[in-house]
Amino acid sequence: MISARKLGKRFGDKRVLRGVDLDIEDGAFAVVTGPNGSGKTTLLRLCAGLTLPSEGDLEVDVTRAAVGFLAHEPLVYRELTALENLELYGRLYHVSERRERTGMLLERFGLWDVRHDRVASYSRGMTQRLALCRVLLHEPQLLVLDEPFTALDAAGAELLDAQLSELRGDRTVLLSTHDPDRVAPLATTRLALA
Amino acid sequence: MEPVTRSHRVSLPVLAVASLVLVTLALALVFFVVPNDANQGFSQRIFYFHVSIAFTAYACFAGGAWKALLHLWKRDPRADLESYVAIHQGVIFGVLVLITGSIWAKISWGHWWLWSEDQLVLFLVLFLFYAAYFMLRFSVDPGPQRANFSAVYALFGVVLIPVSFLAIRIAKSFIHPVVFTLHGPNFGGWILVTYCVAQAALLVLAYTLYRIELAGKLIDVRLRELRFA
Amino acid sequence: MTYLADVRALARKDLLLELRARDTLPAMLLFVVATFVVFHFSLPSHSSQLAASGLLWVAIVFTALLGLGRAFVPEREQRVLDGLVLAPCDRSAIWLAKAIATFAFLAAAEIVALPVFALFFHGLDGATVAAVVLADVGICAVGTFLGAMAVATRARDLLLPLLFLPLAIPIIVGGVGASVVGSPGRYLAFLALYDLLFGVLCWASFDYVVAE
Repeated sequence: MISARKLGKRFGDKRVLRGVDLDIEDGAFAVVTGPNGSGKTTLLRLCAGLTLPSEGDLEVDVTRAAVGFLAHEPLVYRELTALENLELYGRLYHVSERRERTGMLLERFGLWDVRHDRVASYSRGMTQRLALCRVLLHEPQLLVLDEPFTALDAAGAELLDAQLSELRGDRTVLLSTHDPDRVAPLATTRLALA
Repeated sequence: MEPVTRSHRVSLPVLAVASLVLVTLALALVFFVVPNDANQGFSQRIFYFHVSIAFTAYACFAGGAWKALLHLWKRDPRADLESYVAIHQGVIFGVLVLITGSIWAKISWGHWWLWSEDQLVLFLVLFLFYAAYFMLRFSVDPGPQRANFSAVYALFGVVLIPVSFLAIRIAKSFIHPVVFTLHGPNFGGWILVTYCVAQAALLVLAYTLYRIELAGKLIDVRLRELRFA
Repeated sequence: MTYLADVRALARKDLLLELRARDTLPAMLLFVVATFVVFHFSLPSHSSQLAASGLLWVAIVFTALLGLGRAFVPEREQRVLDGLVLAPCDRSAIWLAKAIATFAFLAAAEIVALPVFALFFHGLDGATVAAVVLADVGICAVGTFLGAMAVATRARDLLLPLLFLPLAIPIIVGGVGASVVGSPGRYLAFLALYDLLFGVLCWASFDYVVAE
């Protein structure tokens, strides 16, 4: 599904990634680890298609519609409600049975009761849970998650664990984390960035 | 990757010599050979340069837009820098248009600025536009985003040129009804030759300066890369 | 067809955001009326009616600039734009939706501003109103496009007026011409030409502004 050879990325004069080789098959669960500044986020952004490589080759076998990317930022509008945000993304991704899926996800991640509240009023944990809803809404084939556990509260982390176990094998997951032990049982591929 | 120096057909020293020869020839023709203009006398001679410089500036902006298109369309790695240098040359020549035009206006009509001169007003607008190009470019860190922004803006510029010219023309109905007419020169004999030589001289000069600046910028880029490799 | 659906979804989002925040439109309204008052004091007593007409267009352009500066702010905060860029929709839909929403605000401000102008200075004819509509299209198309670029730079709101004003000059010429000259047809046609040329250019190149 994803294959990269000598992948590199520069921002102006700063070289963030260099000589990365990567092979992720369909249905794999890949975990990327590395210290801060090692380029994990950049690698994930490259795989999600948000940015182009400066050098090397990168092939991702799915279209934009089949990718779900969880960034550092939740990528939701703070002045809109959870429902309105998911409604927007649902329309943009042409999600079938949009209302049902939205409701189902909000409920699963414990946001149903606050669905009419503006995101600005949410706690960080709640916002991250909403971001997860956004990512899962269109049932992407490739899930790219940038340190998903970082902003989650305990309840949210449990929900994510459950969700990831469910998706394993079915979808391809590329995840970066500071806490590799947490996802160790699920991982099929590992990549450590210097 | 790093922009590889494009292998140009004509080498820089040849261009430099050609510029020197042509500019000297043009100056000689303009000041010693061509007869005085019937209406405006000696001052009209600056027009040979004024018109040629204007056309050269247009050529630079068009060249910059073409390179910009190459950058966006073909993802040519050298095109961004070439586009930037071409536009830089265009602005330099554009400022010269304003200066030569202003001098001519003062000598011929006694005013340092004439709103009735379409070409002059157009170059004023273009100067504002392309000055903003540099502000835009230097407000973004080097990288693909900066190159894309610059390229798109350069394309806007090339569309703006005819649109602005048309706007200035039709604005004449409601502003500044007093028009200082310029009698076009009769294109006979030496006059035509002089125009052609002056135009050729300036185009070659502009291209030479473009190549020089481009070479300098490429060395700069290469140095940076070596340092941060 | 999905393209239009995408544009609608995005435009609805923009209108919803403004309805919630309720800051841009009131600011534009107050600004334009304040500008008219300033014009009254800056026009010497023997100025013609025509001078006021000219100033109307200055007011429109600068009021628009006020609104345009805010256009991509919600997307710039926390990089929400990434979320839109990831979506499978055509990126130009983002620009078109934003331009439509900005047009709605500008038009809403003008629905108040034009009668106020008529009250303070002199009446406006059909040609002027037609010119305002055509000019708004051009202003919103080009302005939202440039706004998307400006918001991604370091200079931000410093840059937008610099980028926008040279491109606004033809719009002002068209607008003033239509307001002032006896046969406005030429100027209205010119405005339409501007809208067409720059509209197509914006539509075709927006992808390069938001994506790499």
